[in-house]
Amino acid sequence: MNMINIEGLDLSFGTGANESKILHDVNIQIQAGESFGLVGESGSGKTTVLRCLAGQYNHWSGQLSVNGNRLLHKLDKKRCIDMQMVFQDPYGSLHPRHSIETALAEPLKIHKIDNRDERISAILKKVGLDDSFRYRSPHQLSGGQRQRVAIARALILEPKILLLDEPTSALDVSVQAEILNLLKDLKEKEGLTYLMVTHDLGVVTYLCDRIAVMQNGHIVETISSVNLANHGASEPYTRMLLDCCYHTETTQSSEALSA
Amino acid sequence: MQNTKLEVKNLQISFSHEGSQVNAVRDVSFTLGQEKLAIVGESGSGKSTVGRSLLKLHPKNATVEAEKLLFGDIDLLNASEKTMRDIRGRRISMIMQDPKYSLNPVMKVGDQIAEAYLAHYKVSKKIAQEKALIMLEKVQIRDPKRVYSLYPHEVSGGMGQRVMIAMMLIPEPEIIIADEPTSALDVSVQRQVLNLLDELISERNIGLIFISHDLDLVRNYCDRVLVMYAGRVVESIKASELENAQHPYTQGLLKAPPRIGDIRNRLPTLERDPSWLYN
Repeated sequence: MNMINIEGLDLSFGTGANESKILHDVNIQIQAGESFGLVGESGSGKTTVLRCLAGQYNHWSGQLSVNGNRLLHKLDKKRCIDMQMVFQDPYGSLHPRHSIETALAEPLKIHKIDNRDERISAILKKVGLDDSFRYRSPHQLSGGQRQRVAIARALILEPKILLLDEPTSALDVSVQAEILNLLKDLKEKEGLTYLMVTHDLGVVTYLCDRIAVMQNGHIVETISSVNLANHGASEPYTRMLLDCCYHTETTQSSEALSA
Repeated sequence: MQNTKLEVKNLQISFSHEGSQVNAVRDVSFTLGQEKLAIVGESGSGKSTVGRSLLKLHPKNATVEAEKLLFGDIDLLNASEKTMRDIRGRRISMIMQDPKYSLNPVMKVGDQIAEAYLAHYKVSKKIAQEKALIMLEKVQIRDPKRVYSLYPHEVSGGMGQRVMIAMMLIPEPEIIIADEPTSALDVSVQRQVLNLLDELISERNIGLIFISHDLDLVRNYCDRVLVMYAGRVVESIKASELENAQHPYTQGLLKAPPRIGDIRNRLPTLERDPSWLYN
């Protein structure tokens, strides 16, 4: 059974002459325990797909189902328990005047889950922070620590799916490595399913098994990471993205070849 | 490296705040000729602080000291505010990170470019506008007339960054400080903008200081790399020899990002050695 099933997802903004279509017939099937990546330029619609799943947009058409349940246009609590999201900018996604404890307790309060104290301790430990972080405010934390808190907040409801919206693009490469390692460990331990949006092909091939390439609201190609790394991409757009990424790696070797 | 444009020796920058002092930059020395010099490091390593000190853009609570801070034969350290005004923008200019925040949102982009020219040259508005149109064409904007009268929110990120490059190049500076000029852009646009910048600076013999945290990008784009850690330069190396970097910090930065076809199951994280702070 597919953990996430997206069939014929369409979305447009505006009406009449001003209508602009953002997503065109997007189809994605993700199995339980799989990591799936969405790549493409800004404006290609990759974050919009996540937002439809997360219930931030609800005027989509098509069929969405998560964990076997058909999603309605209205957001329900069940969906939130199944699926949580981690945002791009850890500086913007935590309330600046709430302590880490308050931030982590909020989802528990909303869903009326008890044993909050133990749950918060456990989740902090899971993301590699100790109990002393509880009473700190976000401004006392580094970018990497904040992103750990954001991941903890997403995981505290014990979801099956994490939607990751460029989780490391605001971080330094050294901190990015820590967060990617953490995400990889968590996935193995908890059996999570990831749907990650990024424009960094290095990151996506590291973490994801399969990748969909998006351009102007269409999925132009779905390809496995292994295939992508072995130059198996058939779409010119995918190759163009690869070229842009590879120029750092291969210019030297191609120069050496031509010399 | 012929004719040194800039000479910095033992630059120290500290900020005082409520009686306590933070040393943001310590003992940084480098020279810049007609070349592309990269300053790389993590956030907080002091790379932007160095860039800003060259234009004396620091607030009052900053103390800048140096044995030498020479731009040509002007001593920047003791230069008057009037001298600095003639240098800023006109002879040394700075490209900022994000066009969304660095352009004036309520002014047409073309007028912003013309304004940069008018600030330094005594010409009529009309001539400045013509100059701006030529400059827009130089930065490969297809329809300069149309783009001239757009507002910043109406242009894409890549186009905005080109507008900013045009604005910085129009007074014909000798040195450009580019502070993460492409980190807000997509990879595909990033490359176009960098190629463009490269063409323009080699055409005009401009020295470039390129501030970045992306070693992969810098190794192909720049000639020389200064690696900064906690306010110090830990390594200065030719970009082509970055592969053989000696310092563990540089090596760590090089190994950290995952690459396409990476078979490593775990990414190495940086082990920060306190002794790095004492050499």
